[in-house]
Amino acid sequence: MSSRFRAVSAALIAMVALPSCDRETRENRGKPLPESVPGIVGDPRAAEYEGNAFHIAQGQRYYVWMNCNGCHAHGGGGMGPPLMDAEWRYGGSMEQIVDTIREGRPNGMPSFDQKLSEQQMWQLAAFVRTLSAQPRQDALPGRADEMSNIEPRTLDERRPVERTSPAADQARPR
Amino acid sequence: MTVLSGKELPRDGVKLSGEALHYRLDKTWSRQPGLWGWLSTVDHKEIGRRYIITAMIFLALGGLLALAMRMQLARPESGLIDPDRYNQIFTMHGTTMMFLFAVPVMEAVAVYLIPLMLGTRNIAFPRLNAFSYWIYLAGGILLWVAFVLDIGPDAGWFAYVPLSGPEYSPGKRTDVWAQMVTFTEIAALAVAVELVATIFKQRAPGMTLARMPLYVWAILITAFMVIFSMPAVTLASSFLLADRLVGTQFFNPFERGDALLWQHLFWFFGHPEVYIIFLPATGFVSQLTETFCRRPVFAYSAVVIALVSNGILAFGLWVHHMFATGLPRLGYSFYTAASMAVSIPTAIQIFCWITTMWLGRPRFDTPFLYVIGFVVTFVIGGLTGVMIASVPLDLQLHDTYFIVAHFHYVLIGGAVFPLLGALTYWFPKITGRMMSEVIGKVNFWMIFLGFQIAFFPMHISGIMGMPRRVYTYPAGLGWETTNLISTVGAFVVALAVLLFVLNAVTSLFRGRIAGPNPWDAAGLEWATSSPPPAYNFAHIPLVSSRTPLWDERGHLPVVTGLRVDDRELLLTSVLDARPDVREPSPLPTIWPLLAALATTAMFVSSMFTPWAVVIGSLPVAAALIFWFWPKEPGLPPEPVIE
Amino acid sequence: MRRLLPGLAAVALVACEGRQSVTGGDGLHSGQFNSLFLIFLLVTAFFYLLVIAFLVAAVVRRRGRAEDRPEKSGGEGGFRLILIGWVALVALGLTGLTAASYFSDAAAGGARPANAIRIAVTANQWWWDVRYLDPVPANTIRTANELHLPVGVPVHIQLKSNDVIHSFWVPNLAGKQDLIPGRITDITLIPRKEGLYRGQCAEFCGLQHAHMALDVTVEPMETFEAWRRSQLRPAPPPATPLAVTGYNYIMTQECSACHNISGTPASGQVAPDLTHIASRRSIGAGTFPMSRGHLYAWIADPQSAKPGNHMPYVGLEPHELHGVVAYLETLK
Repeated sequence: MSSRFRAVSAALIAMVALPSCDRETRENRGKPLPESVPGIVGDPRAAEYEGNAFHIAQGQRYYVWMNCNGCHAHGGGGMGPPLMDAEWRYGGSMEQIVDTIREGRPNGMPSFDQKLSEQQMWQLAAFVRTLSAQPRQDALPGRADEMSNIEPRTLDERRPVERTSPAADQARPR
Repeated sequence: MTVLSGKELPRDGVKLSGEALHYRLDKTWSRQPGLWGWLSTVDHKEIGRRYIITAMIFLALGGLLALAMRMQLARPESGLIDPDRYNQIFTMHGTTMMFLFAVPVMEAVAVYLIPLMLGTRNIAFPRLNAFSYWIYLAGGILLWVAFVLDIGPDAGWFAYVPLSGPEYSPGKRTDVWAQMVTFTEIAALAVAVELVATIFKQRAPGMTLARMPLYVWAILITAFMVIFSMPAVTLASSFLLADRLVGTQFFNPFERGDALLWQHLFWFFGHPEVYIIFLPATGFVSQLTETFCRRPVFAYSAVVIALVSNGILAFGLWVHHMFATGLPRLGYSFYTAASMAVSIPTAIQIFCWITTMWLGRPRFDTPFLYVIGFVVTFVIGGLTGVMIASVPLDLQLHDTYFIVAHFHYVLIGGAVFPLLGALTYWFPKITGRMMSEVIGKVNFWMIFLGFQIAFFPMHISGIMGMPRRVYTYPAGLGWETTNLISTVGAFVVALAVLLFVLNAVTSLFRGRIAGPNPWDAAGLEWATSSPPPAYNFAHIPLVSSRTPLWDERGHLPVVTGLRVDDRELLLTSVLDARPDVREPSPLPTIWPLLAALATTAMFVSSMFTPWAVVIGSLPVAAALIFWFWPKEPGLPPEPVIE
Repeated sequence: MRRLLPGLAAVALVACEGRQSVTGGDGLHSGQFNSLFLIFLLVTAFFYLLVIAFLVAAVVRRRGRAEDRPEKSGGEGGFRLILIGWVALVALGLTGLTAASYFSDAAAGGARPANAIRIAVTANQWWWDVRYLDPVPANTIRTANELHLPVGVPVHIQLKSNDVIHSFWVPNLAGKQDLIPGRITDITLIPRKEGLYRGQCAEFCGLQHAHMALDVTVEPMETFEAWRRSQLRPAPPPATPLAVTGYNYIMTQECSACHNISGTPASGQVAPDLTHIASRRSIGAGTFPMSRGHLYAWIADPQSAKPGNHMPYVGLEPHELHGVVAYLETLK
């Protein structure tokens, strides 16, 4: 009984361990892979970026920093089409999304060619795919920290200290 | 000799003693040999030994990480370890030392010693005890397997949100950390409950609360602190997991969560945690001082009051970890005063120990050297603690190497030194052989001096402005020398620990045979053979003073009349330890292990999908049902005294 | 004591030197820190000596032998009184220290003088975004990883964080204050001495926590005003052909997507402002000192010295690199 349990748990650990190596790698420079051919499915980088938690998290930052949310909101769309549904005007594969980011598309999608590095575009694409929940679930974050894109309202203005500490006035020299 | 009454059943007593009694009790209490017996044992000594060895292995692993960090910091701008790995290493070091070494080892020693000190045959809830060990082991393995696979947590051992939240800690690293916390909290809570129950109900007849050894008092307070503080961190880590896995917003300020909530919850546990580690160590010091100064500790009641007030005050200080967060300043004053006040009970204890040395005749065996090393080192840590309790001083020194120096003086000086002393002291009880005294003394001086070389310069690094948790530092800020000295000291400490392990291993096979009471100590644990038999005591001892073995030389009175054909314990009343009821003690079973495996499977897979909680709870429920399946009622309960 | 004496000596040595020293005492409140620290050091040293003296006396008084029989309690009457006296002494010492700490804190805390210079510092992983606020929006200046402060003038700094918790800490000038997302905190400093100081993030903030420094220059009012005026000037147009190459690269390629250079089309807001980068003391939030060689190294591969920072490796061609560095060097 116990040996079976141990075998099962060992198998479980192995199952978790194998894909986790790819999921957890933190690659800062981008690997020197051959230039991708735009629009063609099968680039080896697609799986690599899409299954990697770090790349997705980086893409999440670029999404805000490059003001993607200005048009696409947080996936729901606005001026630009929504990114969290199943419809893709120019294809929803990693390669096609990278291509869209790089080349731009008619009616407003700007080209980020030479504005983002190759790696950044792949990271951004990996994040965009998460909006419609396509990559591996174990590489996704549970939520973003800045969902509502507003100024924090927890504490609007810090109260000056002297009002909370009457002794401060008396003890201050002069 | 007090005789418990009862029907005509095989019992220990005048008619049954000596070899015949040993044979009957051994048959009843020992487990079956082999792997199955090993996996299903519920003997507190066996589980306590495993717990201690596992915790010491984690100490060694954590120490190796410390060496890696010291290697990296020996030179400025060193490229030995990349920042990603370094951050994992220091997080693993802190997490391993706090969650997998310090708290477990203190509970482990208590699991081994407390039933022996109280004169009972097993710990209360022994199956829960086995479960606790397996869960702890699973949590430790989870963390270390993750680290080896490059999924080691990297957000620091207190994992401040939002750095540890879903957006800034991608991947499973922090999930592993938070889930490991859940594992160790369950294990610690289980042991705490057992210890409280054992101490309150299983003391030998006559051992009133006022006659308990000081170590037992320290463990009682510690166990209550665990029960009150650990739920806070379990809650916090569950919130964090929920934030990370199912998108709740507990710590997200942009959705009206609060990042500081984490710090409050964590430190409400984290500060008492320091005392959970330190109070058992003061218990060790009290026992060692008593034995090696040849007289009872001075002012017993003052020491007990100090322990209790330490335990209470420890819950009122947590904000002193948060002085830089910008909370209202008037509130800070309260926490400054409370942090200062907590040194009074400690000052009382230190005074009582030194007075005991003054009044007694100290004998400089290795364990006692550790007591002296403890006082010399720990008081420095306590006094730097007084410094950083002050808000203006803390605002400069917070998060610098001064703090690193401070808490290593408190934790190594205040807990590891007494622990090493205690292990040397109780080694003959656990193994039946003495540790080498010569190697022990060399060992003490190496670790004592190595420690000072490693950690004293860190005070100066901190004053020179070196922040903690940096993977490297620029040249030219004057930090090179102190850091290099620290690195040298760290290696001396590592050698000393290695020597300790070598000494323990060789003594295990070649050490001098100890006999029941090699140190001529006063506690009940020395009344039985070394190592103790499976049933601990042939007859339950009867206690009439705080130092029974000193007062009743050679003829310790006993209570007889417990059954020998079944595992039976004698429960006594809470305050004055009058015989109360007979209580059957559970038999060995595999179910705690299986329940632990099922729980582990549920916890680990819940890091990947929330459905695991639903599906995974079924095997857990099944294991628990089999574990608690009602047994055939044996004989009807008998009165203890008619 | 053996260890305290060198400690005291070291404290005395480090005091008054070092760009990043807790005991620098170059700010108004850090002077109070030094006297408070000294008080604490003396009082705690006194108690330590007392404990150690008692300990030494206790263990050398009577040595035990292996055959000693244990003693009963008793003969300790005097010590009960001493214990009470000891507790009273400790309580008295602690009360004194608490009071000293409280009054020192009350004196340091709180003041936000009306004439204070107002600065907003926003922390990012792993750099400091600095804005000098001014009632006239056009006079607001933005810089990064550096603070210029006039000597003797109070400065009120508003602190925010864009991502995780950081901690603002210039040891020579003042204590520290966390920057917490979702909260606005503040700190007031009054620098007393001219000098070049170094601040550093004090709360672990992720991968490159070690490389998140802040250069602080405390200078006379006139120099500060001159610096302030120079910061208000937009970037000059590129003069040499090489600088023009660099200018063109920056404006049309990756750089301008994140960086801002006032007076040019580069208007990214998510990375340090480069308008006056060449006037700063360091690159990459204290990763390198400012020099042509380090500029080359940084731009050629930002991931080498500060791996994981958010400036990507672009892979510039040599002529592009020469041009970019040449242009950046003109941004004084």
